[in-house]
Amino acid sequence: MEARESAALDVQRFREDFPILERTVGEDVPLVYFDNAATTQTPEPVVDAIVDYYHRYNANVHRGIHQLSQEASEAYEAAHDRLAGFVGADGREEMVFTKNTTESENLVAYAWGLNELGPGDAIVLTEMEHHSSFVTWQQIGKRTGAEVRFIQVDDDGRLDMEHAAEIVDDDVEMVSAVHVSNVLGTVNPMRDLADLAHDHDALIFGDGAQAVPNRPVDVKALDVDFYAFSGHKMCGPTGIGGLYGREEILRDMEPFLYGGDMIEKVSFEETRWNELPWKYEAGTPLVEQGIALAVAADYLDDIGLDRIRRHEFELSQYAMERLAEFDDVDVYGPPLGAERSGVLAFNAEGIHAHDMSTILNDHGVAIRAGDHCTQPLHDVMGEAASARASFYLYNTRDEVDTLIEGIEHAREIFA
Amino acid sequence: MVSGSDMYRQQILDHYRNPRNYGEISNPTYTHVGENTSCGDEITVDVQLADDGETIEDVAFRGEGCAISQAAASLLTDEVRGMTLGDLYELDRDDVLDLLGVEVTPMRIKCAVLIEKVLQDGAKIYEGEIELDTTSTE
Repeated sequence: MEARESAALDVQRFREDFPILERTVGEDVPLVYFDNAATTQTPEPVVDAIVDYYHRYNANVHRGIHQLSQEASEAYEAAHDRLAGFVGADGREEMVFTKNTTESENLVAYAWGLNELGPGDAIVLTEMEHHSSFVTWQQIGKRTGAEVRFIQVDDDGRLDMEHAAEIVDDDVEMVSAVHVSNVLGTVNPMRDLADLAHDHDALIFGDGAQAVPNRPVDVKALDVDFYAFSGHKMCGPTGIGGLYGREEILRDMEPFLYGGDMIEKVSFEETRWNELPWKYEAGTPLVEQGIALAVAADYLDDIGLDRIRRHEFELSQYAMERLAEFDDVDVYGPPLGAERSGVLAFNAEGIHAHDMSTILNDHGVAIRAGDHCTQPLHDVMGEAASARASFYLYNTRDEVDTLIEGIEHAREIFA
Repeated sequence: MVSGSDMYRQQILDHYRNPRNYGEISNPTYTHVGENTSCGDEITVDVQLADDGETIEDVAFRGEGCAISQAAASLLTDEVRGMTLGDLYELDRDDVLDLLGVEVTPMRIKCAVLIEKVLQDGAKIYEGEIELDTTSTE
């Protein structure tokens, strides 16, 4: 009980760090921001870090001898150490900054997949992959001749691990799985998947876009070979994300993009690559976003990732209890009481998700409606679309009540 | 600022629940499919032209989607029966919005105009003016 009370107190304090939460939408209705799985809001310290960079030390990195460039380079490099520490990597050598999770997936797919895969090989994905992984590996399969297999999702939105054990065989070279589903909220057994992959000498890629923002992640404990996340889903800016890669793999792998900064020595005949992680960061990087992402990591660590996880879980449980009041509303994913993130996809009978979202918007409630970049999963669910409310550290039970009022209103309109 | 809930007037809900011209035509002159990929809305239309080769004699649609896309399909298929293909090409999004009779919020315009695009693209493919597999309003 004490934990819950202190969490509730904290939410009000944290909300002050997010001025956007004070705004209204439509006809002066307070905003209820429940689209956090798409992007989270940005706290003042992160915004300040971006402004501070432009006010004080805007300069290109790794190129100048002058003081501004030195300050920018040091801050940018230190941000890699910070994010490496945030997900349990050994150091900056294992932390590549990318644009987002999608680019992290593509980096490995192009740099490793195109070079290592061929006919007779197999890639294993899950039916609940986001398109960022699904489409990427599907296309790599087409280009290399490698077969793509999918671990089935059961009726409770969990991976069928028996099926996984059947399809991960010695032909498999890569298993790429979403850690936390952006639709079902399911927390997948990443370590078990890693063990399964390694038993067959395959690599494992974890998509942490929906995990890193809301729970402690330790890539070494998960024993993954690659792990990706996006900054803008964890209180950071857009345009920046991360790729953890096991050092020995990153060392051997070919580069993804060529250009400046990723080289050590260039001659007319050949080029030697820069050391890790810069080998994978061609061109002028996302300097202030990277620096601000480190501040976002500080912000989340100060609150405590385990407390954020618990807060999201409690809100999702409360929302599920309230939604259970309606016998014509289906909620997808693990049942009440089972572990899940703060993502809640649902449909009300006879109300299309887009109509639901339009009506909820009148109540100030921002949700996502559609297929959430998971069209194959929606085929498995038997729905073309779903409505999705997703919670974060600054959301409250009162806001969930507003969501429920909005759903009641939609049901009245469509009754 | 348009209130979204105001879109769901009785006429819209009536056409959503009881769509006119819902189903299919046997041996249509042309059939065409359109979708809103972001919404998951999908509409298939069958059009039967009269012997003059240009007058829409019969029309049917099927598919699934939100209230706005389905109501627009119901209303517009009623409207185009008896039109020539030339008349059909003249239709623009304001005609569809007028038929709906409500102010459609900006994010939902693409739902409203899906049926118009599907009917027009289907006719253009039939007449050999364009090549297209599926119409998309996204």
